[in-house]
Amino acid sequence: MSPLPRPVYLDLCRIHLPLAGWVSILHRLSGAVLFLGFPFAIWLLSISLAHESGFAEVRAWLALPLAKLALLGLVWLFALHYFAGLRHLALDVHWGTSLTAARRSSVGVLVLSGAATLVAAWGVFV
Amino acid sequence: MKPVLGARGGTGSWLLQRGTALGMALAVPLFIGALVLHAPFDFTSWRAFVSLVPVRLALLLTGMALALHAWVGMRDIFMDYVHPVMLRLLLKGLVILVLLASVLWLATIMWGVA
Repeated sequence: MSPLPRPVYLDLCRIHLPLAGWVSILHRLSGAVLFLGFPFAIWLLSISLAHESGFAEVRAWLALPLAKLALLGLVWLFALHYFAGLRHLALDVHWGTSLTAARRSSVGVLVLSGAATLVAAWGVFV
Repeated sequence: MKPVLGARGGTGSWLLQRGTALGMALAVPLFIGALVLHAPFDFTSWRAFVSLVPVRLALLLTGMALALHAWVGMRDIFMDYVHPVMLRLLLKGLVILVLLASVLWLATIMWGVA
C-alpha cells in the first residue's frame, strides 16, 4: 500500500511561517552562532586572566563601538536561545502546547529576549 | 560517538541536551548575579574572582555542559541539512575538535588561575 499523495509545497519564499516557527528557527540559528562564539569567549577569558596588559587590552576592545554592538548582538542571540530553550523544555513536558498558549509563549520569548538586550545595552552604553 | 549516545534511537542525546540545558539555565543567572555583585573589576579583582573555587568549578562544569549541549545541537543541524555523508562527517569532526579543544583550553585556564 503506497501512502496517499500529499500536497508538497516547499517554495521557501512563499511559505508563511507562524511566529512560533520563527522562534523555532531563530533558536536553531542562534545556537549555531553561539557555538562559533564559544572558543572566542574562552580566548577572551584567557587573555583577560593572563596578565595586566591582557586585561587592559580586552577592556579596550570592548570599549570600541563596533565591539559593543557585536556584544549586544550576541547578548540578544544568547537571550533568544535561552528563553526559546526554556519554552522548548516546557513544551517537552506538555506545558502550553495549545495553539494560543504556544503563540503567547513565542511572543513572550521575543519580548523577554528584547528586554534582556535593552538591559544589557543600558549596561554597555550608559 | 554513535555507540555511546545514539544507540537508543536518540533518547540518550535528547536527554543529554535537555539535562545540560537545565543545568546551564540555572547556572547562567547565578553567574550573572555574582558578576554584578562583584563588579566593577580591575585585573586583580577579576583574577581573584575567577580563582574562587566555586567560580572555577562552575565555569568548568558549565563549559563541559555547553560542549555536550552544542555537540547534540550541531549534530542535529547537520543531520537535517547536510546530506552528503563525507561532508557531514567532516563537519561533525570539526565540531568535535573545536569543542574538545575549547574545553581543554578552559580547563588549563582554570587550572592555571589558582
